[in-house]
Amino acid sequence: MERLEVSATSVLRLAPHIVFRFDETRQRWIMMAPERLMLPDEQAVEILQLVDGKTGVAAIIDALATRYTQAPRELIATDVTAMLQDLADKGCLADAAAR
Amino acid sequence: MPPRVDPPLALLAELSHRCPLSCPYCSNPVALERAASELGEAEWRRVLAEAASLGVLQVHFSGGEPMVRRDLPSLIAAASDHGLYSNLITSGTLGGEREISAFAAAGLKHVQLSFQDFEPTNNDRIAGLAGAHARKTSFAAAVRAAGLPLTVNMVVHRQNLGGVPEMIDMALALGARRLEIAHVQYYAWALANRAAFLPSRQQLDDATRIVEAARTRLKGILAIDYVVPDYHGVRPKSCMNGWGRQFLNVTPSGKAVPCHAAESLPGLVFPSVRDSSLADIWYRSDAFNRFRGTDWMAEPCRSCDRREIDWGGCRCQAFLLAGDAGRADPVCALSPDHGVVEAALQQAESAPPAFVYRHFS
Repeated sequence: MERLEVSATSVLRLAPHIVFRFDETRQRWIMMAPERLMLPDEQAVEILQLVDGKTGVAAIIDALATRYTQAPRELIATDVTAMLQDLADKGCLADAAAR
Repeated sequence: MPPRVDPPLALLAELSHRCPLSCPYCSNPVALERAASELGEAEWRRVLAEAASLGVLQVHFSGGEPMVRRDLPSLIAAASDHGLYSNLITSGTLGGEREISAFAAAGLKHVQLSFQDFEPTNNDRIAGLAGAHARKTSFAAAVRAAGLPLTVNMVVHRQNLGGVPEMIDMALALGARRLEIAHVQYYAWALANRAAFLPSRQQLDDATRIVEAARTRLKGILAIDYVVPDYHGVRPKSCMNGWGRQFLNVTPSGKAVPCHAAESLPGLVFPSVRDSSLADIWYRSDAFNRFRGTDWMAEPCRSCDRREIDWGGCRCQAFLLAGDAGRADPVCALSPDHGVVEAALQQAESAPPAFVYRHFS
């Protein structure tokens, strides 16, 4: 087993045991992993909604850059990649091409 | 002002105290509940439904050994139907591929499998069951074959702590993505056996160094959760992240408690799910409100700037070591009772006594 390295060319999906959903009780998005609960902030939610097994990391960065025109694309790219790498290291993401 | 009470995040469903193992550090109470007093399937299904509507997100099926219950697949399915994220905490000594496939089909999300040591002979000696290690190993393979994520849980103490490097290798070989290296916590059976388990400072520091190096080396491959023995700390653990703040435990006979050791506390009446709704228990019972917030605290906790970080530490430990659940956790170096912890640490520097194995009395 090897570490999943996230780059602009990666296409990612949620790992099969990860649940990302809206919680009615708390009125917020949550992400659940084995014995772990994550409470993604607004930006993380936007990114996670684009982690669909089809949209590549570069396209996710583009989508955010279009939405947040004040921030330089480079900065957005660094933030998005770091966040996805962190989630990959926690076992929450998988390579869309791998089964 | 009464503290604000948020909905619980997790439910620990202790389905049974029955277990083929007899580990001398078992976290079950010393007075184990018998099979005849266990909640039935319909009662558990109601508890799961109520938990979900109360806001619980994750359910941990535990025990004892939860796989002694034949209705486990049906309870997992009920949890899934209510949107609960379900986790099985098992010894992996009952059943295998057939059972795991049924659990996976019912929507189980994750398995946490316990080991007593990487080395079979010592594993089976600590578990008090011959052949346990071999069964656990094939159980792990069945979990992976069913496509379920696996966490290996290694309970560590002075009689196996030297094997941490091999434990890490074993977890990797079993295909686990997570390894929990959890030092024994001293309650119930483990407190009776404390001198046999508490490691010396040197043993602990060596193990901690190995874990830290492995975490860096295995980043993205194996996540290692590491629970240190609080006796060696300076400040107490934030036990359960605070009494009645996030966590709810239902015992085999239906008693609702804020943590699995809370039944040891005198003067508290823990409500039963047979008589009350989970919402009533969570928001309105005396037992759950007793140590919520900070108003109950005495000094040195009351004026401590960490009072809402560690919540005074563990109420059970305060009672067990200082005789009063309302005092500071004696593990805290600021506690006036800290001497009892220092005495136990002193004892950890000499040879360990024999085990008292878990048993029904």
